Amino acid sequence: MTTVKATMAGTVWKVLVTEGQHVTAGEDVVILESMKMEIPIAAETDGIVKKVLVAEGDFINVDDNLVEVE
Amino acid sequence: MFQKILIANRGEIARRIIRTCQTLGIETVTIYSEADADSLHVQEATESYCVGPAPVAKSYLQMDDIIAIAKKSGAEAVHPGYGLLSENAHFAQAVVDAGLVFIGPHADVIAAMGSKVEARKRMEQAGIPIVPGVNEALADAEEAVAVAARFGYPVMLKASAGGGGIGMQLVHDEQTLREAFDSNQKRATNFFGDGTMFIEKFIENPHHIEVQIIADASGQVVPLFERECSVQRRNQKVIEEAPSPFISAHTREKMLDAAVKAAASIGYTNAGTIEFLVDSEQQFYFLEMNTRLQVEHPVTEEITGLDLVEWQLRIAAGEKLAFTREQVTRNGHAIEVRIYAENPVTFFPSPGTITALSLPQGEGVRHEIAVQAGSVMTPFYDPMLAKMIVTGADRYDACEKLLVALANYKVEGIQTNIPMLLHIAAHEQFKNGHTTTKFVEQYYTPTLT
Repeated sequence: MTTVKATMAGTVWKVLVTEGQHVTAGEDVVILESMKMEIPIAAETDGIVKKVLVAEGDFINVDDNLVEVE
Repeated sequence: MFQKILIANRGEIARRIIRTCQTLGIETVTIYSEADADSLHVQEATESYCVGPAPVAKSYLQMDDIIAIAKKSGAEAVHPGYGLLSENAHFAQAVVDAGLVFIGPHADVIAAMGSKVEARKRMEQAGIPIVPGVNEALADAEEAVAVAARFGYPVMLKASAGGGGIGMQLVHDEQTLREAFDSNQKRATNFFGDGTMFIEKFIENPHHIEVQIIADASGQVVPLFERECSVQRRNQKVIEEAPSPFISAHTREKMLDAAVKAAASIGYTNAGTIEFLVDSEQQFYFLEMNTRLQVEHPVTEEITGLDLVEWQLRIAAGEKLAFTREQVTRNGHAIEVRIYAENPVTFFPSPGTITALSLPQGEGVRHEIAVQAGSVMTPFYDPMLAKMIVTGADRYDACEKLLVALANYKVEGIQTNIPMLLHIAAHEQFKNGHTTTKFVEQYYTPTLT
């Protein structure tokens, strides 16, 4: 299992995946908003989304876990 | 003149406004979010009030709360600064309805210029050249494709309510346009609550040159020369200067004339900026009007010797302009650089704590800054942490000063765009004044690989 982490602090603007969904490496799973810019966060590996750990509007810090992929 | 005003903003612009107020003996009321409680704009104001938690929607955009604070504190007028509520016509009207003075133009003028489609119509009627394009909202992607075919690719797809480069995309072909229409419309709806889209013909390698005007309630409009703002990244300005090294004296006079005519045609009052695109043949086209003080206003102040915030306050208080177009002179050359908390390669933001800060000092070096060592650049606000303005006897002198000053500007703890600014300032094409809006992608980005 791999965990997609936030590359910087910000607010979760969009969650693009749902639990059970198949994702491929490089596919954006969450979009953060930081300093008025959208920051797409991509999955690093292929797999099934096991758990979405954040909701839209949540404030997150750098390295916080966002999505678990299995 | 007012005795007390409320400043509905944060950061360096709030401090900038406080400074002029102090000079004029005006008391200041500032507002702050919980994240800004320790900010300099809070400490330096006569009084300051918390308006809510960090996100702007819950604090700096809370119109009713801000107006209530203004009333309670006894402020007579509201200065909106730039960004946030500064171009919100509802706010301007609500301020007036509460019996206060809005330091800016009338709400209906803000509304008309805030819609880019409406602004294009009004300017065309006034006889100002506009970028070829449509002056009506596009119904859907299909209509966009049909319109683009008429003008020929590439085209600029734009959100009518857009700003800061959001909802805007350069499109080279039909398929991209179909995709871009929906994604940009969505973003515009999310950011501005208005998904109205339109299309302009793409002007090749233009210069972005804007004219500062100031107008009083009697209808007198005075142009304060132009600013060249072509060096941009992500459609946002990075370096601005005055005067423009590109336009001829003849073009300058024509642009100043057009700006005066544009402002007069809509009954503009207070400080405003008319943005133009200027092509390689020095043909200029109206792009949009900013109905507020601009981030880059200091370069105009440096070459004219005028305090624009002072004149905003005087005009809002009912005073007439004390100078005519002929009486305003300019001296020297000023260049402003925006210091952003961002990765200088990807331009992605770099929030964090500033651990050390050292600013270059010297004659002709001006700082507009609201952070100090220990300040946190939070993800909630704009990445601009400071502006530095250098002024020289001429452009060559200003460019030399800029290089030295940038080399001595130290920010630690976060990434900044200073390496990028240094690279650009040292570039031959910049030194020669060859600064089109393609500058960054032509001369900076290729050096990174």
